[in-house]
Amino acid sequence: MTQAPTRHERYFADHQALAAASPGPAWLDTLRAAGWERFNAIGFPTARRGNERWKYTAVAPIARVNFAYPFLPPDNVGGPEPDFGFAAVSAAADFDGETGDAIRQHLGRLASFEDDGFAALNTAFLRDVAVVRVPDGSGAPVAVRVNHAATDGPDVEQRYARHPRTLILAGRNANLTVIETYTGPPGPRYFTNAVTEIVVSEGAQVDHYRLLNESPAAYHVGVTRVHQARDSSFSSASFALGTALARNDFAVTLDGPGAYCSLNGLYYTGQGQHIDNLISIDHAQPHCTSRLNYKGILDGNSRAVFGGEVLVRRNAQKSDAQQTDKNLLLSEDAEVDSKPSLLIYADDVQCSHGATAGQIDAQTLFYLRSRGLDLAAASRMLISAFAREIVNTVKPQPLRDYLDSLFDRNIAVKTLPVGR
Amino acid sequence: MTKMTNNNPLLSVRGLHASAGDLEILNGVDLEVNAGEVHAIMGPNGSGKSTLANVLAGRPDYTVTAGQAIYDGEDLLALEPEIRARMGVFLAFQYPVELPGVRAWQFLKAGVDARRQHHGEEELSARDFDRLLREKVQMVEIDPELVRRAVNEGFSGGEKKRNEILQMAVLEPRLALLDETDSGLDIDALRIVSDGVNKLRSQDNATVLVTHYQRMLNYIRPDKVHVLLDGRIVRSGGPELALELEEKGYDWIREAASYE
Ligand SMILES: Nc1ncnc2c1ncn2[C@@H]1O[C@H](COP(=O)(O)OP(=O)(O)OP(=O)(O)O)[C@@H](O)[C@H]1O
Ligand SMILES: [Mg+2]
Repeated sequence: MTQAPTRHERYFADHQALAAASPGPAWLDTLRAAGWERFNAIGFPTARRGNERWKYTAVAPIARVNFAYPFLPPDNVGGPEPDFGFAAVSAAADFDGETGDAIRQHLGRLASFEDDGFAALNTAFLRDVAVVRVPDGSGAPVAVRVNHAATDGPDVEQRYARHPRTLILAGRNANLTVIETYTGPPGPRYFTNAVTEIVVSEGAQVDHYRLLNESPAAYHVGVTRVHQARDSSFSSASFALGTALARNDFAVTLDGPGAYCSLNGLYYTGQGQHIDNLISIDHAQPHCTSRLNYKGILDGNSRAVFGGEVLVRRNAQKSDAQQTDKNLLLSEDAEVDSKPSLLIYADDVQCSHGATAGQIDAQTLFYLRSRGLDLAAASRMLISAFAREIVNTVKPQPLRDYLDSLFDRNIAVKTLPVGR
Repeated sequence: MTKMTNNNPLLSVRGLHASAGDLEILNGVDLEVNAGEVHAIMGPNGSGKSTLANVLAGRPDYTVTAGQAIYDGEDLLALEPEIRARMGVFLAFQYPVELPGVRAWQFLKAGVDARRQHHGEEELSARDFDRLLREKVQMVEIDPELVRRAVNEGFSGGEKKRNEILQMAVLEPRLALLDETDSGLDIDALRIVSDGVNKLRSQDNATVLVTHYQRMLNYIRPDKVHVLLDGRIVRSGGPELALELEEKGYDWIREAASYE
């Protein structure tokens, strides 16, 4: 194999070792090689050269570490999460037979790695794919969970990267619920580089939940690409508990009249943490509706970046798009960069956006205290009420209850911004 | 057990001065309220009625610059607002605050439990609290649907006022400060709110009503009526004073006060 001179030797060596240890069907080998080539050419993104997509987030902490590939068995078994009563999907994909055909047909189609170093790197390490597939015309509800649980690598001195991949194929009129969770051991600064592709066929309804519950010291970059056909419905809720650096790059293409998407998110960050949500919605066809509602709770000196991009193409008349991003700051030192952007080329559309960031309202706090709640209890009640709007979009009750208490437990009220 | 008030007033305010920022609002308020009594405080807009009620409840926006308030033998002004609440002080807000996402059940239970713990009692079980809440909902004739919603969120003005009375009924205060709870109520609601206050009235507790109108005082007969003007109580009297004010307005009092 001849390659351009590589700047990422550790990744290159592991990529080659993976190709040798786990040869796939020819198409997979080719895809992996293409991923590597692209990554080697463009590398990690930088904020320089007017790269709006990475304007407020520096990936240097990830780029400067030589993360190793751990060569562990498919990593989605176990983990600390409860099963919510949902069947688990293994990441040990079967590349043969009918499923293999479907994977070959769809894998890498939505998550283009042309301009995306992280997606390219993920593709260079393609081995395990969690595949969720509901055939055309099967309207019976299907509910599954995909748990990408990182485990410690073989060498305690080494820092590891994993590249989880998920492919969700909802056939015509399918009714599918997927819970996608990312967990890992506390402590080591490992790196999760995830890619998820979701195909929502005509008339299908998909409820997608994404939970990032990794080590507080982890790095997480997640790319999610969703393609919706005519009259399909896609509802998602993404939950993130703080990590050292987290990126949620989530893009939906509404590619058939009557398609509807509702994208909700809740994130919490504490001291030293950074989260970057880049949510893009492409109204590519007329008569589509999109709703975007993200909420952040920021403590310590943490920082949140929110980019909400809505594109309404020329032919996409009667588009209806609403987006909001609200942030609750628990500390004077926390900071939000919220940057909604609307690119509208059609004339008959309804679009709105709004962003807020503020501390707990002093008057509200006094109202609670005047009923006997102390400052800490009052703050906690108001913070969980703020979060609840998003938690309440979760339909499966066990998951909703779990998230409610997960966030309550994690949001320690350390700093109280308003006082006596 | 609450202390019996052997001749000591439940609330005794002396020479109270309070300001917000550079603005002096209360200029020496004197007020004594005995257990079992109902007092009405009237006065023109901006005279300091809400400020007085809020200072007594402990709103952090105000600084007390002089004077004192003794409640049930304690130095009220030295206590955090939540401690005052647990000791039985309740303020029905002139403008109740909306709490999106906060369930009324959870909110009220937290208040009841905080108070019980303060008095060395156990928290109520969910079942017992359910029963208590249902009983109070019936008592103040509030639509049970409102209680299932987030506290005050999207409530009409009158619904918010009724909800304050529900909270009062649940928390069973010894000293209730009702700041214009009658404003914005329709006739039925006014009767219901007044009934609520009357039902909660006992020899052991007291109510201070801030109001602009005589109409609530037809239902709740006050023992004393005070006029607050420019941050001071300039005149006190019996229920007939409220009628006189309704008839003559405040100018005559303003004039009389300026001769003192
Ligand atoms: N937190 C505050 N900051 C600044 N000024 C204040 C504050 N609270 C009250 N004031 C001012 O103090 C004065 C008295 O206000 P207050 O609300 O006590 O009047 P009120 O008698 O309740 O009037 P109303 O009958 O209109 O309710 C007003 O001039 C008001 O603008
Ligand atoms: Mg007032």
